[in-house]
Amino acid sequence: MTTPIAPRFTPGERVRVRRAFPPGHVRTPWYIRGCEGHVERLCGAFPNPEELAYNRDGLPAQPLYRVRFRQREVWPDYAGPGHDTIDVEIYQHWLEEVR
Amino acid sequence: MSHEHHAHGPGGAHEHLPDAEERLGYYQTMEIAVRELLIEKGIITPADVRMAVEAMDARTPAQGARVVARAWTDPAYKARLLADGSAACAELGIDMGPTRLVVVENTERVHNMIVCTLCSCYPRFLLGLPPDWYKSREYRSRAVREPRAVLAEFGTVLPDDVEVRVHDSTADMRYLVLPRRPAGTENMDEATLASLVGRDAMIGVALVETKPPGS
Repeated sequence: MTTPIAPRFTPGERVRVRRAFPPGHVRTPWYIRGCEGHVERLCGAFPNPEELAYNRDGLPAQPLYRVRFRQREVWPDYAGPGHDTIDVEIYQHWLEEVR
Repeated sequence: MSHEHHAHGPGGAHEHLPDAEERLGYYQTMEIAVRELLIEKGIITPADVRMAVEAMDARTPAQGARVVARAWTDPAYKARLLADGSAACAELGIDMGPTRLVVVENTERVHNMIVCTLCSCYPRFLLGLPPDWYKSREYRSRAVREPRAVLAEFGTVLPDDVEVRVHDSTADMRYLVLPRRPAGTENMDEATLASLVGRDAMIGVALVETKPPGS
């Protein structure tokens, strides 16, 4: 059993989703790429779906987080109040530190 | 050519209504081909396929409603459910299989709503098959972009001081909304409470009323 990749982020920490557009099977929705939010929780480590899609083992497993974003930061013309949020599951290799 | 033959088309042959309204799609054709090969090679039997379909069809939102009613009546169970959804379902004899369930609680301040923008991930072990609208491109794209407008179309209008929190089920988690227990249900037992909890409330597009959904 390959040791999963160690988590780099902790709940509450501010993170940015990589703004990247690689080909292939990717579980990071386009609309959230480049957005900043904070880690809501670590969900555990899971085989990388970008590898699983091509029949590879997806190991070492990637930490998976739930990241919470403010809707107005995701959609500049969002019609609802400023406290509305959206939580998205993002694998660690799609997240960057915000300094 | 007699008059009635004209009604049967230019060839004179009887035209039958097609069995299916649309042609098979790429993945439908692939599924049939793979299934037939697996059967031909003796890896599975037609009965295995039928039983798997029957087992999936037998799952209904009633299982989720049972979980919700237990959480409403047993605070310790609710705490365990919010901490580890899959383990708390197992306590009630509901096998979630490999599914990792996250339960999100509606409160006075927060209303949760579930969508899967990338495909149609859904807690099938708990709620059965998803409704067609959940799989539609319209719901999947609009639920994240204008959730309050979508909620209003389901008859769920929330005041601005309630935070609407959308959960995009993009990866390995599956989600269940724990709806708010309606006022006036203090004297109801667990089974009666469960009868009030509909599928849509557990997806987060509806609220629970004091009478069963559809009644």
